[in-house]
Amino acid sequence: MVNVIINGRDVAVEENTSILEAAQKLNINVPTLCHYPDLHINSECRICVVEIEGYRGLKTSCSTPVREGMNIKTNSPKVLNARKTITELILSNHDAKCTSCVRNMSCELQSLANNLGIDENRFENVLHKVEIDDHNPSLVRNANRCIKCGRCVDICKSVQSMHVLDSMGRGHDMEIRPAFGKYLSDEFCTFCGQCANVCPVGAIVEKDNTDVVWQKLHDPNVHVMVQIAPAVRVSIGEEIGLSTGLISNGKLVSAMKHLGFNNVYDTNFTADLTILEEGTELISRIKNGGVLPLMTSCCPGWINLAEQEYPEVLPNISSCKSPQQMFGTLAKTYFANKTGRDPKDIYVVSVMPCTAKKYEAARDEMSADGKHPDVDIVLTTRELGKMFRQMGIDFDHIQDVEFDNPFGITTGAAALFGATGGVTEAALRTVYEVVNNEPLDNLDFHDVRGLEGIKEADVNLGGTMVKVAVSHSLSNARTLIEEVIAGKSPYAFIEIMACPGGCIGGGGQPYGTTNDVRLERIASTYTIDGAMVYRKSHENPAIKALYKEYLKEPNSKRAHQLLHTEYFSRN
Amino acid sequence: MIQRKELTQRFGIIDPLSITDYLKNQGYQMLHQVLEMKPEDIIEEITLSKITGRGGANFPTGKKMKGFASETGQKYVICNADEGEPGNFKDRYLMENDPHQVIEGMLISAYATGATKGFIYIRGEYQKSIRIMKHTIEEAKKLNFLGTDIFGTDFCFDIEIRRGAGAYVCGEEFALIESIEGKPGRTRVKPPYPSEVGVFGRPTLINNVETFCNLPFILKIGGAEYNKIGSSFATGTKLISLSGSVKNKGLYEVPFGTTIRKVIEKLGNGVKDNKTLKMVQLGGACGVIIPPRLLDMDIDNEAFEIFDTKMGAGAIIVIDDSKDLFDIILRNMEFFQHESCGKCTPCREGHIQIVNLIKKFVNYEATIKDYQSLESLAKVIHETTLCGLGQASPTSILSTMEYFKADYTNRIKESYERGNISG
Repeated sequence: MVNVIINGRDVAVEENTSILEAAQKLNINVPTLCHYPDLHINSECRICVVEIEGYRGLKTSCSTPVREGMNIKTNSPKVLNARKTITELILSNHDAKCTSCVRNMSCELQSLANNLGIDENRFENVLHKVEIDDHNPSLVRNANRCIKCGRCVDICKSVQSMHVLDSMGRGHDMEIRPAFGKYLSDEFCTFCGQCANVCPVGAIVEKDNTDVVWQKLHDPNVHVMVQIAPAVRVSIGEEIGLSTGLISNGKLVSAMKHLGFNNVYDTNFTADLTILEEGTELISRIKNGGVLPLMTSCCPGWINLAEQEYPEVLPNISSCKSPQQMFGTLAKTYFANKTGRDPKDIYVVSVMPCTAKKYEAARDEMSADGKHPDVDIVLTTRELGKMFRQMGIDFDHIQDVEFDNPFGITTGAAALFGATGGVTEAALRTVYEVVNNEPLDNLDFHDVRGLEGIKEADVNLGGTMVKVAVSHSLSNARTLIEEVIAGKSPYAFIEIMACPGGCIGGGGQPYGTTNDVRLERIASTYTIDGAMVYRKSHENPAIKALYKEYLKEPNSKRAHQLLHTEYFSRN
Repeated sequence: MIQRKELTQRFGIIDPLSITDYLKNQGYQMLHQVLEMKPEDIIEEITLSKITGRGGANFPTGKKMKGFASETGQKYVICNADEGEPGNFKDRYLMENDPHQVIEGMLISAYATGATKGFIYIRGEYQKSIRIMKHTIEEAKKLNFLGTDIFGTDFCFDIEIRRGAGAYVCGEEFALIESIEGKPGRTRVKPPYPSEVGVFGRPTLINNVETFCNLPFILKIGGAEYNKIGSSFATGTKLISLSGSVKNKGLYEVPFGTTIRKVIEKLGNGVKDNKTLKMVQLGGACGVIIPPRLLDMDIDNEAFEIFDTKMGAGAIIVIDDSKDLFDIILRNMEFFQHESCGKCTPCREGHIQIVNLIKKFVNYEATIKDYQSLESLAKVIHETTLCGLGQASPTSILSTMEYFKADYTNRIKESYERGNISG
């Protein structure tokens, strides 16, 4: 243990603890900007400087380890002046139109400046405005707001291993952007949106589609329906100021109705459908000597990675559309048919934890009639939060309302889709019972749960032990993909999710997503699963009815036509 | 004798391109001797000499080597020849006049610490130095001074040249290491230090050219004897790059303890063109600017503590009274604005603001508020930047605010008098 004094108070901490962590132990708050839990310490912003007796200059508390006997001041006049000056410098090269920025009130720079009492900037604004990159359906990169903290570079490089963003140029001309001044769409960007999730300001944000949704909601000639992804219900509470991210389905549906949606449906329904289609595909590939391992197809970030960098594995990927797109197709075909509506009068909105879903919905082949997209527009969890705030919904007093039918009856298995390992667990619950023709004793597959980067499990399918693997974050995905390409993959089934933690850690989720927050959202996910009446997708009565009435059986001709897709090499 | 030529003793006497000349003049003798010593004894001699790094930061070389020697596995030695500080040219002279001395110093370091691979990182503009050092390495290899089983021992050491591409910041050790790795020259967070995690993630000993050149000399006369040269604060000799408004510009080698006045007046033969000395900048663009009354200061590190800075690499830039203080500072500051790597906020965003403020002084548009902003900003940059570039860059401002405050106040007064400022 190392003994130090911080602001006159003694504290003993482990060796190699940073001064920042030592201060936190004493509940002393040292402001930070570039620092982000779970990412590397790059010590670039210099906001967290402190004064240490006997040390030359000021030291950044994030990167300086404690030494025995250090006498540290976190708030001396010299420190406060330095922090204020540095913040003024950042603002002097920042497009600080706070009230017209999507990050107004959630901006870390804004709150830092406010806390430091900056009411006037001594330095002249020297911002040289550059073009905004909004050339893709998912993300908008506004470099005029970038403060060069390096978080996006770090997550893109070390967590996602994509290396799309990096710092270019030097000195005052240094900027963070894709190489050679290209657009994100020119690069092998997967639009996972992790950069947007960790950005402290409004420099990278999702493309905001709330305006067009409001417009459709107020158009009496359009039937607007919405689907809500499994991971949204465990995080939307963070957007509306609830201490835990979890919100009851009843309140969520009720609030959506307040916004004016004609039908509020659940993506969990098509998650169950996905399990039946994908599970059947797995069984048939194993039985008929098809291409293995079968790799999941729910995650558009991973599909983008495969199409762009690993076309070799495209035959491994399940031909199933993602739950979002299965829903869109059913809405524009089955639902339109059943309710006697013209598909072009139906407007399908998705609420997703994801920015890549915006890209997925805009893909050419995701259209039943070849003209209109099956899913018309995708909102992130954050955008839904924004609409709730715009509408001023009082969550304390709204009445519970159930999801609309038929796409509202779901199972616990579907709820698991939000967490890493969830698709695998849901698939195993169904595949086990179908293949072995006996009920599963224990529904919980603990081996595939949690935040370990790559997880494995063995399952007995018809007397054969079959290996499955789960990865989350694209750097972990690469490990499994490269094994497959090298012919060394021991697995029959691989679940890949682009974002750390799975969809609950998606790029469109509320700001402040850290591993601690991911674990809370994951815990909520299992709570939901445990409380469900049906916990296996194949037991979902509404799914059974849909097959009976419309699709006949999993992987039927009609199912293939509507619910399956193909992938294209973009390498 | 003001000069004491030890590192420069062979300058002009030998053909730098001839290894035979070097050998005839006691070259590689110390290497022979050293290879029979125990590595720890070599480090002991160097520690005893109390030599400190000649690149400007003045870290005790023996202490650095000792820490590095305790590391295991693949280890590297890097010679920092990215001499980018304006006003410095000593490393170029060392490489171009006695290149084998550099190699010999690196060999001694490598043998003493267990490193097997070396890099010499040479400033890209130093075309001639690069050519000479490449030739020198080839010659040394031919005679087995470099390579495997040197002189029949099991000591192996090889050196590669890496050339910089013009970035000043690549003289900073971690930026240099990143550059060798093929990345943009930007510093890293310390700790860990290069001697723990350096180039390619391995322990790395990185020293200035002049530091390496001192090692054969230290071992020749012994650490204790070396310790007697110089002042009570700094030992050995120092290469001085003398430039500016002085009659005899050039490179001089003097023992520590020599005063700046002696160097300018005796070696430089005073201010040229019958002008009066107004000020002297020490170390380079990042160094202190002192008035004539401080010229009796010693060239050693202790003396510079009063400026909260280090001595630098030994440049003395003489400035006469026909020059405007603010022109000089502006030129310094534009240099740092251009050379900042952009990684940390105060350096990236601070220098452009410093330049803007100094321009107001140059253009007679400065107010008292500008002075206050400039002072506050200069101090914050000095105290908070990530690497040595920003820690040292405002030194000319901070030192002139102390010694030439009248220049600032007069300029502000005149700005008002000329009617350039409203209100």
